[in-house]
Amino acid sequence: MRIQNDPLVIVKNTVNLVAVIKALRNIGKYMMMLWIVFSRPEKWGVFRERLFHEIHFIGINSIPIVALMSMFMGGVIALQTAANMTSPWLPEYTIGYITRSSTILEFSPTMISLILAGKVGSNVASEIGTMKTTEQIDALEVMGVNSLTFLVLPKILGAVLFFPILIIFSMGLSLMGGWLSLVLSELASTETYVVGIRSFFIPGNIVYALSKTVVFAFLIVSISSFYGYYTKGGALDVGKSATKAVVTASIAILIANFLLTQMFLL
Amino acid sequence: MIEVKNLDKSFADKQILHGINTVFEKGKVNMVIGQSGQGKSVLTKCIVGLHEPDEGGQILYGGKNFTEMNRKDRMLIRQEIGMLFQGSALFDSMTVEQNIMFPLTMFTKMSKKEKLDRVNFCLDRVNLEGRNGLFPAECSGGMQKRIAIARAIAMNPKYLFCDEPNSGLDPKTAIVIDNLIREITYEYDITTVVITHDMNSVIEVGDNIMFIHDGRNWWSGDRKSIITTDNQEIIDFVYASDFMKEIRSSMQEKRK
Repeated sequence: MRIQNDPLVIVKNTVNLVAVIKALRNIGKYMMMLWIVFSRPEKWGVFRERLFHEIHFIGINSIPIVALMSMFMGGVIALQTAANMTSPWLPEYTIGYITRSSTILEFSPTMISLILAGKVGSNVASEIGTMKTTEQIDALEVMGVNSLTFLVLPKILGAVLFFPILIIFSMGLSLMGGWLSLVLSELASTETYVVGIRSFFIPGNIVYALSKTVVFAFLIVSISSFYGYYTKGGALDVGKSATKAVVTASIAILIANFLLTQMFLL
Repeated sequence: MIEVKNLDKSFADKQILHGINTVFEKGKVNMVIGQSGQGKSVLTKCIVGLHEPDEGGQILYGGKNFTEMNRKDRMLIRQEIGMLFQGSALFDSMTVEQNIMFPLTMFTKMSKKEKLDRVNFCLDRVNLEGRNGLFPAECSGGMQKRIAIARAIAMNPKYLFCDEPNSGLDPKTAIVIDNLIREITYEYDITTVVITHDMNSVIEVGDNIMFIHDGRNWWSGDRKSIITTDNQEIIDFVYASDFMKEIRSSMQEKRK
């Protein structure tokens, strides 16, 4: 057993303390960034233009990947459920019921958000990071433009407004994917699947899923913007910032998902 | 006119600038020169507010204390500043026209036609008429610098900052850029601050010259006195190469 003043233990504790202080400092810096982000834009016309641009860039450009993932995941959920329903006591419509529940409660809001954290998060962090390292952000500031409000606010609002639409789209496609996989593999009929989808439906679950999505959208874009905005160095550091952004946003989504599930369902 | 008083700047434990005092005069090309890593760019970034100076330092724009201003008031002063960055810092997602139009769109109520006229005037001023539709990536280094100058003068600034305007340019293009900066300064009677270590530029366009060494205002003077000074640090800087040293000794012999 090591004694308390063992140099290795002291070093380990110091390293842990430094990591905690660094994390706390980053959280403080992130909060201060958000304080500035939510300032009044210089010109509403320009802000509106940028908002539509970001909705297109962040939201509409993500439709193909969301569609593809949703169709296949819905299909897999339905197939897995059907394949594991060995008990004759379970009614066939359970397949539709489980597919719907999994999709609405977790798969669409959480899994798709994690995928978007990768796609959108890396995109946002590298775009802002490149602007930072090439002094474009300094140029904005010197001109008298609040660079955080100008660059980050439209991205956050664009994501918060459009991600719920993407998630509703994902829910629909996922259920369609489940139906297609069942019909093509002849594991269940359309009628029983539809009965399953409609059984014990709680509309509040949709509200819960969309509320989670709004929180995730905010976390993805704000965290990625944070890492992009505070990039120092060159191209290599932009890449590092993008990686940090995706990892941190993904962890934040998982933690927020746990907390929100506790709040809503328990 | 810009006044800098007792400006110190430190990063963590390292002090970069030590008690800088200087005045950048209106209607003149004020040059800040010195070797790499001596604090020239840090000084400029402190003056435009991209870095916060250490406590006690003052920067005055036309008598107004910039260091004590809140963010909103600083933004107003910054709208009177044009800046040419070392790497041009043009927005790559925008065309040349959109780049130059950007400050006009953000801070004026001009109509689309007025803005376009102003853009064309600025492009004409830097001899790039008709290049409106190009993207920065499609332009050469010299063109990018000129576009950046056009963007910097679009708002009729009172203050123009140029951070190493000639870096990465061939000597001929560098002279074009230098002349452009000088012409704009005299034409619009603005306060221009040029950060450089290009001696050609210093001799060509420098009205007032400030030499920074070890983060201190080591020497100030004009372009004539920089050639004749006995200050050893300046001699080491100006006559760094063997060729220049030979020129200096032949000049001294002639004087004798």
